[in-house]
Amino acid sequence: MTTKESHSGSGASAVPSHGRAGARPARRSRLTPQQLENRTAYLFLLPWFAGLALVTLGPVLVSLYLSFTRYNILKPPRWIGLENYIDMFTDDPHFWAAVRVTFFYVGWSVPLVLVASLVIATLLNRGLSGFAIYRSIFYVPSLIGGSVAIGLLWREVFGSQGIFNRLLGLFGIVGQSWVATPATAAWTLVSLHVWTFGASMVIFLAGLRQIPVSLYEAASIDGASALTKFRRITLPLLSPVIFFNIILLTIQSFQSFTQAFIVSNGTGGPAESTLLYTLYLYKRAFVQLDMGYASAMAWVLLVVIAAFTALLFWSARFWVFYGDD
Amino acid sequence: MATTEWREKPRRSPNRGRGLGEMTPSQVFLAHGALILLALIMTYPVVWMVLASFRPQGEIFADLVLIPTHWTLENYVTGWNFFGNVTFTTFFFNSFVICALAVVGNVLACSLAGYAFGRLEFRWKPFWFAIMIGSLMLPIHAQLIPQYIAFMKIGWVNTILPLVVPKFLATDAFYVFLMVQFMRTLPKELEQAAALDGASYWQRFTRIILPLCLPAIVTTSIFTFINTYNDFLGQLIYLSGLPRLTVPLALRLFVDSGGGQSSFGSMFAMVTLAIGPVLGFFIAAQRYLVQGIATQGFK
Repeated sequence: MTTKESHSGSGASAVPSHGRAGARPARRSRLTPQQLENRTAYLFLLPWFAGLALVTLGPVLVSLYLSFTRYNILKPPRWIGLENYIDMFTDDPHFWAAVRVTFFYVGWSVPLVLVASLVIATLLNRGLSGFAIYRSIFYVPSLIGGSVAIGLLWREVFGSQGIFNRLLGLFGIVGQSWVATPATAAWTLVSLHVWTFGASMVIFLAGLRQIPVSLYEAASIDGASALTKFRRITLPLLSPVIFFNIILLTIQSFQSFTQAFIVSNGTGGPAESTLLYTLYLYKRAFVQLDMGYASAMAWVLLVVIAAFTALLFWSARFWVFYGDD
Repeated sequence: MATTEWREKPRRSPNRGRGLGEMTPSQVFLAHGALILLALIMTYPVVWMVLASFRPQGEIFADLVLIPTHWTLENYVTGWNFFGNVTFTTFFFNSFVICALAVVGNVLACSLAGYAFGRLEFRWKPFWFAIMIGSLMLPIHAQLIPQYIAFMKIGWVNTILPLVVPKFLATDAFYVFLMVQFMRTLPKELEQAAALDGASYWQRFTRIILPLCLPAIVTTSIFTFINTYNDFLGQLIYLSGLPRLTVPLALRLFVDSGGGQSSFGSMFAMVTLAIGPVLGFFIAAQRYLVQGIATQGFK
């Protein structure tokens, strides 16, 4: 690091006469403290700038260019204008299947995860004994839920031989293979996402702890019921955290990939019922080597996620309550 | 402010009756009943699988009863060697190498960037900070294709470099943000005293700020480990050929192996081993995990 300076070398001129706190030895006379701080900050940010240019933002911009080309890696990209986008929206049934599956997945899993995590967090926050144990049990699935290991387990749980059907068997119901039936396969993915509600729950728990007890006490004196207190105190004061969780869950859900891949063994089947958008994008890019088309799909995804995020931020003004502190 | 989340209130005195008010004994009873039932439903598949992995191959799907009648390790032996002479020793080794390097990279690069954003003033700071936050929302898929093409052109495909080198460039903005949030909470006076003594920014960073950031560093390390260990898409794209496979890539091959009792037993055994390290980390560092995830939620 070039910012490294020695203690002893600059000792002589150490304390400037005006003695301002934070003032530094005038080692390089031409640099004011502000300039030095400025330069230091940019040096500290060097790796981040390199990453921005080479790994994150740079490639995103390159993929915008590629989205206007036909490119299969073997031959150089050929400019075709808007053709990829036009094909996608007018002439690709798989694309629309993927869009439907993805909206189904996001549309069900975000609200379900949100409600489950909020309800459980509120319940846990009421001072039940065994709080830490419950929290751990509910949280652990979110650490492993995104792994191939759990995807494989889910495939078996909801397979024809799986324990889900065996449980149904106890009630005399003969179930089919839930992952191999188009009508139910996407539900197994949603159920897996709901299984991982613990991460949102932990964020809610932290948010609940921030709400001043005095508000509830005042409401109790006025004779408010638990439900009224929940609606009038908990929900408004928790709304920034609810908002944060919705944003996080939405962005994550749109990008879910692993579990659809594992449950369908990379096909998105049966009958494209688990063909999440990202899975179709993966197939176009890395199985069919349609890099241009896949880049266009990636940009549509980016725009959709940005639009949803913007919409959520816009809606926040109507329902997210920011307190004085 | 994030300070309070890092120092948890003592567990011994739960917020009894906090908020919505004290529950009646019957309500408490009902709440415990519901939570225990939910916990049982949620853990049942995993517990069933772990115990099934110790059953003899013919009895795996025999019944719903959890405890095996005959305990055996044969699934672990056959599973470990399922893919011939390349065993899970290799797969675990490959996974751990990638994880270790990713952890080192993320901690170094994200703490550097975090120090600049969290504690220094510089020109265009609000602009770059907004870019950093915005990059949190960039879908990985919009980066993937040009990255792949570039890594292919420089001959990095089928090495671990595409999975590891980006971590040294602070590309996981989430951890930069975590570091910023934590460093902001440390009092300014800490550094002012050192500055008066003539300490350079580098010394202030390495001697004062970093040691105090241990909780954030531990959180970053654990989450980086778990996320890298669980990552599938990146490894799927860049790694092929048995000797280079990682644990998730190898597990996936069980699906293609045709099913049948022997592959189910082996698969359950290896899936059990695969989630082991994550559970181990959780048990060892529960406090940091729960607090780390809670901290991201605030301002």
